[in-house]
Amino acid sequence: MDESWPSHRGLDGFDWSFVGIIVALASLSLLTLFSVTGPAAGQRWPIYWKQALWFGVGSVAFLVMSAIGYHTLARWSYLLYGMGLLLLVVVMVSGQGARGAQRWIALGPIRLQPSEFVKIPVLLVLASHYSRQTQPGWWVRVMLPGLIAAPGFVLVLTQPDLGTSLSFLAIYVTLLLAVGVKSKAFGVMVLSTLMIFPFVWGGLWSSLQLYQKGRILSFVDPQYDLGGQGYQGLQSRIAVGSGELIGKGLHGGTQTQFKFLPEGHTDFIFAVFAEEWGFVGAVLLLGLFLALFVLGLDIAMKAKDLLGALLAVGLVGMLAFNTMVNVGMTVGLAPVVGIPLPLLSYGGSTTVMTMAALGLLFSVKRRRWMFRL
Amino acid sequence: MAVTSAETSNPGGQSTVLATVQRRFLFIKIGVFLLTGLLILRLWQLQIRDGSHYRTLSQDNRTRSILIHPVRGLIYDRNGILLANSVPSFNLYVQLDDVPDRDALLLKLAELLSLDEQALRKTIRDEGRNTLIRLKQGLSLKEATIVESHLFDLPGVEIYPEAQRNNPQGAYAAHVIGYVGAISEAQLEREEFQDLPRHSIIGQAGVERIYDRTLRGRAGSKLIEVNALGHEKRLLSVEKPHAGSDMYLTIDFRLQKLAEDVLGDQVGAIVALDPQTGATLALASRPGFDPNALSRGLSTEGWNTMRRDMQHPLMNRTIQGQYPPASTFKIIMATAALEAGTIDQTRTLRCAGEFRFGRRAYRDWKAGGHGAVTLHDALIHSCDVYFYRLGHLAGIETIAAAATQFGLGQPTGIDLPGEATGIVPSPEWKRRTQGEPWYPGETISVSIGQGYVMVTPLQMAKVIATIGNQGVARTPYVVHGIRDRGSGMIEERMPAHPASPVLHPDHLRGIQAALAEVVTDGTAQQARSSTVRIAGKTGTAQVVALRATNGEDVPSKFRDHAWFVAYAPLEQPRIALAVLVEHGGHGGSVAVPLAKRLIEAYMAYVSEEEQRTRPPSSLSSPHMGNRRNPLHG
Repeated sequence: MDESWPSHRGLDGFDWSFVGIIVALASLSLLTLFSVTGPAAGQRWPIYWKQALWFGVGSVAFLVMSAIGYHTLARWSYLLYGMGLLLLVVVMVSGQGARGAQRWIALGPIRLQPSEFVKIPVLLVLASHYSRQTQPGWWVRVMLPGLIAAPGFVLVLTQPDLGTSLSFLAIYVTLLLAVGVKSKAFGVMVLSTLMIFPFVWGGLWSSLQLYQKGRILSFVDPQYDLGGQGYQGLQSRIAVGSGELIGKGLHGGTQTQFKFLPEGHTDFIFAVFAEEWGFVGAVLLLGLFLALFVLGLDIAMKAKDLLGALLAVGLVGMLAFNTMVNVGMTVGLAPVVGIPLPLLSYGGSTTVMTMAALGLLFSVKRRRWMFRL
Repeated sequence: MAVTSAETSNPGGQSTVLATVQRRFLFIKIGVFLLTGLLILRLWQLQIRDGSHYRTLSQDNRTRSILIHPVRGLIYDRNGILLANSVPSFNLYVQLDDVPDRDALLLKLAELLSLDEQALRKTIRDEGRNTLIRLKQGLSLKEATIVESHLFDLPGVEIYPEAQRNNPQGAYAAHVIGYVGAISEAQLEREEFQDLPRHSIIGQAGVERIYDRTLRGRAGSKLIEVNALGHEKRLLSVEKPHAGSDMYLTIDFRLQKLAEDVLGDQVGAIVALDPQTGATLALASRPGFDPNALSRGLSTEGWNTMRRDMQHPLMNRTIQGQYPPASTFKIIMATAALEAGTIDQTRTLRCAGEFRFGRRAYRDWKAGGHGAVTLHDALIHSCDVYFYRLGHLAGIETIAAAATQFGLGQPTGIDLPGEATGIVPSPEWKRRTQGEPWYPGETISVSIGQGYVMVTPLQMAKVIATIGNQGVARTPYVVHGIRDRGSGMIEERMPAHPASPVLHPDHLRGIQAALAEVVTDGTAQQARSSTVRIAGKTGTAQVVALRATNGEDVPSKFRDHAWFVAYAPLEQPRIALAVLVEHGGHGGSVAVPLAKRLIEAYMAYVSEEEQRTRPPSSLSSPHMGNRRNPLHG
């Protein structure tokens, strides 16, 4: 394609508020991880150093993704998706796991979680499908894209990793909503299901006996079969609630520091933050996320081609879904399904993937002044 | 209809589609706002409305998830004699988070139980960031009562009854059973233990180690509410643990005990196998250790003493000790030469007391030599010069191939951890390990089981069992039954059969006949028994090369290792044995009598059992089988 992108000149279109929010969230992540590790950390490489390193790698991913541009990436989407699926099969055959789940491939000291890296290819594949096939119809709109995304979804679900597979679903449903489906009623139904799903589940959930929950969850996700289901959720709520208005301050979280709250550095990092910085801090953090999503949706709304718009809304949908469900489970509105909080939770694969996703979003923004002929 | 057909039918209408799609994003934006609002509402509920409630909860966190350790499986011998079980033990724990004044608490505890306060402090310090700490194991009933009655003055202190591994037979069979211990930091990192919590007790050696996953069972947990002192107030929920499975060993404990007793203070190993199945009847290694002491947690000094012990009591010599096989290797030499056609059973070679090769003279153990001997005579009298010549004629490759066929130089595959491989030397092996070429003189040494060749007692027991079992090899094994506690079902196990060495029946018969005469007329006449006919081969392994090292005046560490490998009865062997006594001196005089005692004892057990199980009216009971088997009641 002989397209020329005027915005390639210098830092034109470089939106400092967008980058500023990312930097702010990353800083809060490091601060919270520092707090979780405690002042007297014995390890040579405390996790906040490792996470800083991952943000470094993630920044490179951000720059690379925004430099390549989404049209090029979309052109290679099926190849990327195929490679991702191949990795998932490798994990299934030889992966390493904790507590019965196979999720990682060991690359020397680094453990790669390929399911994270399949998210973007799935989005690319679906978005380019919808941008090419704009005519309506049940098959083209719903079935075919569903079938395209199914292998990735199923491979991740059977790892089993319920959390990550749900974000595949979120991407699919967001795009479906964006392009619209046959009847508005159906759209509203799916929309409301998606929005309410965690909360309905949460309500239903709390009516179950502890052992029933344990059974259900150990069925879908053995990682949580530690008899500590209710324990984890309760400890998380105690952590959040006891933060009160202004929190207990840095290192002040008695709930956290790995004592009562497991996974304080990964899935339950929001509880750590809310305990130490209180309602004020938690609302501020949610405000930062909200601002990020609004900026993302603005990018989608101003995108000058369908592919860009769909990619942008898909990315926002994925990140927003992860954020809402993660915070939801921390505050006891959603079941504990093991979804990390984007940019906040510790983890190499998820951090690099999130930064790459934001890079892709940024590339849509940079090129939105172009008209395709 | 979300996208109208008018829009899509227009080929240049992508921008119209785009506009329609983009309008819809507004709803997503509203959705995101609403959801964020909902979360903030929930945060307000938790942090502002109920904040003080949760703060109280966090201040004296009332709920604890407590791990319930599963009961470890039992270990029995083949006749149902209990070798390892678990007994309740009172352990003293402290939850540091519930302790307002640590100094006062430790002082009080030290006073009540007459413990060393400094030692308690050190225990806590060693635990690092951990807050639930085991201060003392195995409290007596009196101590437990004292603590329970003073619980009010001891905030954070709790006594948990826990299972303690117990070996009722003490140090007997310790190397086979192994011992248990708390999982180490390094072990926690390993994938096989990834699902285990800290402080789990796992098998650290022997059957306890290799069948750990099966014996261990699965932990449960309970959610409890505690009072302000940290003591359990109410049980909220419980997930029951699953007990581990029981193990039935092939070991006959009576024989095992006798084997360890006859070795006594001598350093060495005795392996007894059932030649027909490969089942191990006894695996004795001396010196031994008391697994009870290790399972209860040895002090640092205790560990250091054991580690510094020059005789390595933790080492299982039956599978980890590697020794030159000495003259017992002549069995393999004989089969190698016969199968390769190097010699036949009638040809004689001259033995004049030494064999000159190059610039060296390789001496026979008998000054003056044995004269002209056949293979048969050479085996009976263990003529060294005959085998020097034979080795020179056959060559190292032929010898190495036969030794490998008999399973030397590789693990036997027994279900015990840490089995050594031994060494079958060959030119290729020497180039690989030492980067040097093979010298022909080295073949001469190997011919009488000296030089580089190394074997474990278990390997030699397998060799002699194969000869006794008409040339058919069996994989030795220790566990033959695993009983699931839940279902009561017993899963029997028997390892796959290994490849057997190539042995012509005539050659086998010739070697068997010679081995029988070793006992009646040869070097092992002390094994002549009035009750059972035994076949075997002695060996005396030189520790220091080419020196007269058998006299009483020689310091014991330079004395030779004594070997005897045997099977009995001749016709249909029920037991195959390898006896090794380190620095015991001459094989014929040291190892042979031990073997004889064990074989006679075992055959007495066998006939006693056959008498008991044979119905008095029936005379048609087969010679074999019908042994009492706990698995079949």
